Amino acid sequence: MAATEKKLPVTGAGPFNGIVTWVDQRFPLMSIWRDHISEYYTPKNFNFWYYFGSLALLVLVLQIVTGIFLTMHYKPDAAQAFASVEYIMRDVPWGWLMRYMHSTGASAFFVVIYLHMFKALLYGSYRQPRELLWIFGMIIYLMLMAEAFFGYLLPWGQMSFWGAQVIVNLFDALPLIGPDLALWIRGDYVVSDATLNRFFAFHVIAIPLVLVGLVVAHIMALHEVGSNNPDGIEIKKNLGPDGHPIDGIPFHPYYTVKDTFGVMVFLAIFAIILFFMPEFGGYFLEYNNFVPADPLKTPSHIAPVWYFTPYYSILRATTPDFMYVLSAAIFLYAILILKSQFRGGTKFIGVVVCAAVIAGFFLIGAKVWGVLFMGLAVMIFFLMPWLDQSPVRSVRYKGSLSRTALGLFVVVFLVLGYYGTQPVTDLGTRISQIGTMLYFAFFLLMPWYSRMDKSKPEPARLT
Amino acid sequence: MSTSILKILRILAAVVVLAPALGLAVEGEVKLDRAPIDPGDKASLQRGAHAFVNYCLNCHSASYMRYNRLQDIGLSEPQIRDNLVFTGVKVGELMKTAMDAKDAKEWFGAAPPDLTVIARSRSSHAGPGSDWLYTYMRTFYRDPTRPTGWNNVVYPNVAMPHVLWQLQGEQVLTEAKEQAEGYMKTVQKLTIDKPGTMKPVDYDILVGDLVNYMTYMSEPARSQRVTTGLYALLVIFILIALAYALKKSFWKDVH
Repeated sequence: MAATEKKLPVTGAGPFNGIVTWVDQRFPLMSIWRDHISEYYTPKNFNFWYYFGSLALLVLVLQIVTGIFLTMHYKPDAAQAFASVEYIMRDVPWGWLMRYMHSTGASAFFVVIYLHMFKALLYGSYRQPRELLWIFGMIIYLMLMAEAFFGYLLPWGQMSFWGAQVIVNLFDALPLIGPDLALWIRGDYVVSDATLNRFFAFHVIAIPLVLVGLVVAHIMALHEVGSNNPDGIEIKKNLGPDGHPIDGIPFHPYYTVKDTFGVMVFLAIFAIILFFMPEFGGYFLEYNNFVPADPLKTPSHIAPVWYFTPYYSILRATTPDFMYVLSAAIFLYAILILKSQFRGGTKFIGVVVCAAVIAGFFLIGAKVWGVLFMGLAVMIFFLMPWLDQSPVRSVRYKGSLSRTALGLFVVVFLVLGYYGTQPVTDLGTRISQIGTMLYFAFFLLMPWYSRMDKSKPEPARLT
Repeated sequence: MSTSILKILRILAAVVVLAPALGLAVEGEVKLDRAPIDPGDKASLQRGAHAFVNYCLNCHSASYMRYNRLQDIGLSEPQIRDNLVFTGVKVGELMKTAMDAKDAKEWFGAAPPDLTVIARSRSSHAGPGSDWLYTYMRTFYRDPTRPTGWNNVVYPNVAMPHVLWQLQGEQVLTEAKEQAEGYMKTVQKLTIDKPGTMKPVDYDILVGDLVNYMTYMSEPARSQRVTTGLYALLVIFILIALAYALKKSFWKDVH
């Protein structure tokens, strides 16, 4: 549209009307503002769990800003990296603040993202038509894990070094391509200066660029389909005379002021950790990481940072004797598929996959399966939109089966997380194995229990 | 001297009893003594810095710490230069040892680690690093089987000899089996065999000062961090109240 065709004035009043109009004639400023902020109609019943989306955005911005300042003084060089972090902590004015904000922010990011994902599980926010929104979100989660992993090497402490060594060696375990793949990732036969340099490149530019793009896609997908809500019903079904949802309120000013309150409460908790317990008992900053990396001295206990530990538990739970239990479980699962009401083709594929997996258990070692299960444990979230067959979206109207399954899943996730931080014990391994079974059962049995479940009728309007 | 009576009483217990925590104790894990440290006690920090440069810096470096940072603990640059810098470097330089790392490796079997952040790295779920250091520096004992003639309770077979032995004296370790509830426990006792030039109370105070200093050195920004945190929280709590009022007022018409 040519500049002259747009009507004047754009905003109607105010001292900046002239300049806003000038910009709007050349850039879709007001339509973006309207579509995504001032006339984006949002369900009016958002509760506690809905704060974490905007908080994730806040933490992303915090990480990028503090990261920029850290990059100004950090040296991605195996001989200087550890010292440069201490230089930031001591000699750079407010360097300690940037560093602690960044290290606390990393953990805060995962807290916020896990709660944000839990919100989606609670209220079925991954269900049709929000599948792509969910998939974008899951890719963000994967990218975030990569970002955290690359970033954790940079302080070049003992945990940085040996944690990276352990994770890269996981790829080494893969059949055929493993050793070459691990070598390609490291750029050397051990984690070294070459590894540090490339991880730095991934951490400060490659992954953040992808992350920001995905976040934009995530928000655009959200605004295309509209927000879900704790009742899990579509507000667009009830439009008022003005054409807007009756149960919807504009994002601005309602949720901008509400999220501002959420941001302040979050900042209070963030500040308490950041200023008074930045190490958070060794969970946010591991004690052993205050020892410079030493390739000749393996620490007695290598634990990943807490946000990876549920998956680390699944990896460690996959012992050779556990494979027999899993084989039996998959055999039963194949029978379940055979007896199901799926179409013949689906049944056939399901049973063939089960048979192949069982055969694989005996052909390929447990170590490889541990790595695969760890990957699968993350990836399986992608299938949520298709696994959930419940007629309702929200946990509020789901029956006791789905509720129990979700509750149990949360407990299992936390228990696996706890045992992932601990040294290996017999009891811990047993509990992790039970946890691993329950973890996968939550997903793989969902098509059955979500359908069998006695759900309550959904209300016509928001409650 | 601001050490409280309670602290002295605790320090008076010259015999360190180190019983492994109930059956679950991981090998090599001993109960640590609480380090009597006070980051606000500048006199203690200064005495600790003095002990550090005199006894530790000969072999160990603190190579991320600058001498002139000691202005934090109430010293002026001339005071630091005249009393604490022995290697002839400028006051803005890093605290590096004059000893060559290769020589050190040959003499002790392991190069002495950098001590700048040792108080942080020695933290564990058993206690803060200051407790570990405080216990470590007080539990060296004579052991003729070791190349240096010394061994340590919290760091068995450590390569480091007891640098402060002339002050503390020579301790010996005795182990006794004792009947506990349902199992035998080993109680390790350290006793002073040959007294040093310091009384056990004074030695513990010296080590307390040293550990106080090393804890400060591991994070010099700590006091600034806490102060800044208090101001930040004050502002954030005001903003919480304002944001809450704003939300209430905007949401009045939403039902």
